[in-house]
Amino acid sequence: MTSLLKRKQQRVDALAESAGTSLAADAVRRMLRSPVALIGAFLVLLFLVLAIIAPFIAPKDPYQRYPELLEDLRPDFIPGPMPGFLLGGDELGRDFFSRLLVGAQQSLIVGVGATLIGLVLGMLIGGAAGAFGGWVDSWLMRFTDIMLSIPSLLLAISIAALASRGSQTTVIIAVAVTTVPIFARLLRGAMLAQRHSDHVLAATALGVRRRTVVFRHMLPNSLGPVIVQSTLTLATAIIEAASLSFLGLGDPDPSRAEWGLMLGNSQRYIDVKPELAFYPAIAIIIVALGFTLLGESLREALDPKNRR
Amino acid sequence: MALLEVRDLRVVFQRRGTEPFTAVDGVSFDVDPGQTVGLVGESGCGKSVTSLAIMGLLPSRGNKVTGSVRFEGTDLLTLNDKEMRNRRGRDLGMVFQDPLSSLNPVIPIGLQVTEVLERHRGMSRKAAMVEAADLLGRVGIPDPQRRLSEYPHQLSGGMRQRALIAIALACRPRLLIADEPTTALDVTIQAQILALLKELVRDMGTALIMITHDLGVVAGLCDEVNVLYGGRVVEKAARYPLFADPRHPYTHGLLASIPRLDGARGEKLVPIKGSVADNIPWDHGCAFAPRCPNALAVCREVTPELEAGDVRSLRCHNPVLPGTPAAQEVPA
Repeated sequence: MTSLLKRKQQRVDALAESAGTSLAADAVRRMLRSPVALIGAFLVLLFLVLAIIAPFIAPKDPYQRYPELLEDLRPDFIPGPMPGFLLGGDELGRDFFSRLLVGAQQSLIVGVGATLIGLVLGMLIGGAAGAFGGWVDSWLMRFTDIMLSIPSLLLAISIAALASRGSQTTVIIAVAVTTVPIFARLLRGAMLAQRHSDHVLAATALGVRRRTVVFRHMLPNSLGPVIVQSTLTLATAIIEAASLSFLGLGDPDPSRAEWGLMLGNSQRYIDVKPELAFYPAIAIIIVALGFTLLGESLREALDPKNRR
Repeated sequence: MALLEVRDLRVVFQRRGTEPFTAVDGVSFDVDPGQTVGLVGESGCGKSVTSLAIMGLLPSRGNKVTGSVRFEGTDLLTLNDKEMRNRRGRDLGMVFQDPLSSLNPVIPIGLQVTEVLERHRGMSRKAAMVEAADLLGRVGIPDPQRRLSEYPHQLSGGMRQRALIAIALACRPRLLIADEPTTALDVTIQAQILALLKELVRDMGTALIMITHDLGVVAGLCDEVNVLYGGRVVEKAARYPLFADPRHPYTHGLLASIPRLDGARGEKLVPIKGSVADNIPWDHGCAFAPRCPNALAVCREVTPELEAGDVRSLRCHNPVLPGTPAAQEVPA
């Protein structure tokens, strides 16, 4: 009985709260109540913090070959955990744990870089298509259709292979290009829906300038799905960047600590020390999972249909 | 010369590969300053299309608008997009049906009011905010200062419509078009909004075009009423003659289908049979003939013309005689 009363009070409180909040605050509140969102946010936050402070907390230099680890290194034996080296050494006698940590930073740079570039280009294309309509829309959308019709990994591999010398930048650009058409289509669709909405008609009926209609009335109302998509894209961007490195299309410098590259290099030692492949793979999966969970719950939170 | 003179307005929608559809078919009416003119009819009779055509808000492709819409002597249909944009909101205001979807959900009310003030009256954001609070207060929104920073979903339905009216009247337009402004509101709020519109129109000398299917709204507000059917005016009269003595069978039927306070208990409402046909109805005979209890053979062959009389204009071969009670339901 008391619990029922209590629940009722809570609901009234929640209602009272919602009376004084904006759409964004409302979405945040709903996120805080969803366990999936919290798990996703926790994983993402953990990844972000580790990636940023990795160089400072890494116990050893990730590029240095340590005599302690080289001592026992043979083709059929790679040293496991020992004092000072939490996860032992890798195939070249470097500290595996430090390399894993610093790899988080590489993934973050590639993921965020590729997503940001893709987001900006995609929004420019999609925004122009949605704002102008007509033949501008037709041409831009045919262009994105062509890009979408090529499998994204294949496209990324082709672009990365075009560069005469692979590098971190070519990986970022290759992955970014594959995300452009997704953002473009998404924003264009949302803008098109806004173009026919009542409040845009109402703004037009007030003689508001086209520019204002686009930037104040259409664009802000179209951003929700794009925000969600960029979270989800971060996950795929990290996986794709790892795939490119794995295939040897990234920076050719073999000493670089990067999860995809580490995965690729450890292939030959999978019988000797499977952890060398296992941990980078798990790291990639956890980060991708974190961004996906966060993105999905963000999508739910921002969906007006889910408003109480 | 009237403030707004609509002459022979015709809107034809045409898509590639489809038959052209005439939504508005030669509508003419005048509106004077301070006068309220009603456009009445059921869904699909062309009343909203008429208002969008006057405002120049029809999509730029797929339709053809002919005739003339003279506003203070200037034909609005000949103006280009930029000239129309300068007039909309300044000379011509419009209030839409659904107040929630007509407001931008992601920006505060205040910004939506100041937007039009900054655009047309060149006010600074600061001055516009002061003016906006004043406007919201004038349309009866309590605590306007606080409301300025609130979002549309935080306001009640009646308050949203008040805000929309404030926005539409911010630049004191000489013509206001209200497209079913009370349809989305409950009855007590409807009455408040209508009273507000009436008061503002009287105080500001604004001409008002009231678009509605609700004859109660017409009776309370309109000086002159145009009854539309199938895109044409079928009866045009001042409020009192129209209600006291409807002559067109359609008008007569509309009035008969409303419950009356002084009617006998258990008295049945008399609906108009059928619904608006969406083919081109006026080519051969009267479009209302298939639903009309008064239809004669001539009604199905000769298209009736709008004939002007002393008190009314009427488009009918066989009008209802004065004082006829509500038509009895004819067995189908």
